[in-house]
Amino acid sequence: MIEWLMAASWSPYLVGAGIGVLIWTVFLLSDRPLGCSTAYAKTAGMIESAVSRQKTESMPYYRKISPTIDWQWMLVVGTMIGAALSAYLSGGWSISVVPPLFKESFGADEMLRLTVALTGGILMGLGARWADGCTSGHGISGTLQLSLASWIAVICFFAAGIIAAGLIYGFSFL
Amino acid sequence: MAFDMIRSSGRAQKALGLLSGLVFGFLLQKGGLTEFDVILGQLLLTDFTVVKVMLSAILVGMAGVFFMRWMGLVRLQIKPGSMGSTVLGGIIFGVGFAILGYCPGTAAAAFGAGAVDALVGMVGIVIGAGIFARLYPALDRLILNWGAFSADTLPELIGLKPGIVAAVMAALIIGLLYLLDALGR
Repeated sequence: MIEWLMAASWSPYLVGAGIGVLIWTVFLLSDRPLGCSTAYAKTAGMIESAVSRQKTESMPYYRKISPTIDWQWMLVVGTMIGAALSAYLSGGWSISVVPPLFKESFGADEMLRLTVALTGGILMGLGARWADGCTSGHGISGTLQLSLASWIAVICFFAAGIIAAGLIYGFSFL
Repeated sequence: MAFDMIRSSGRAQKALGLLSGLVFGFLLQKGGLTEFDVILGQLLLTDFTVVKVMLSAILVGMAGVFFMRWMGLVRLQIKPGSMGSTVLGGIIFGVGFAILGYCPGTAAAAFGAGAVDALVGMVGIVIGAGIFARLYPALDRLILNWGAFSADTLPELIGLKPGIVAAVMAALIIGLLYLLDALGR
């Protein structure tokens, strides 16, 4: 058991099946889908609220998604801890800034990578709320319920992602 | 429902959220999805780990959720969509996905595993979500409801029973996973 938890990686099929079973428990015990991006909108709302509570409470979006700590927010906290634990157990926990593929293409400049990451994050946060879900909420939880919007969303995520990645790094599969 | 007590307890839900996150983050790290190179590899079509994980999760998740629904234990949580919301938002998300190299869930997991760029990406996602909240009244009026989809689910769209569509989808997913394996991806 311990050896298994300490393994560097598991089969993607096993990991996927594990996420599937996790989603059963979320539907059963929490009556909701598993999605990550709402927590980021809640965080934005909490920050706005710390600046001006009155103004934040009057914003229609934060009346729709209340900026409070709840299941969804704790999910993201847990995700950070769970991944840290897994990396630590397999001896793979280490601080990194510039991923290998990025370094190969654009060099080891940390500020460049962080600026790019911030830019990508802003677009992603905007897009996730715009489409009302992300790779987990639409991509897994929604598709498995045969939701039409989720299947269309995940096709758009990957179609746009594949084209953008190809333009940035070159269409290496061609 | 049998689980009303747990479902309506705020404290229990926070604990369950944390616990679900622990499992989710552990699985994402073990699957290699905390690595930028693995995610970009999927978008560059050189590494199919992300698709394998997602399709296996959909296959197993679908079987359990539809079975529990048939048992009367759970209800579906379907969001309606539109061209203006789902398609436009999805395209913006996809471009951000390629630039950041993590998604909202895997960014949190990658940060947990020590990736500083993922933390900065998370800050960006919060800013982007904040921008959306500011734009929401105007977007809701002008764009988000444009081209509403005629159906909420694939079974409704096709006009077949959910059980049949789920079975066909399961067969397609298994076929696709076999194909990827056969192609050595």
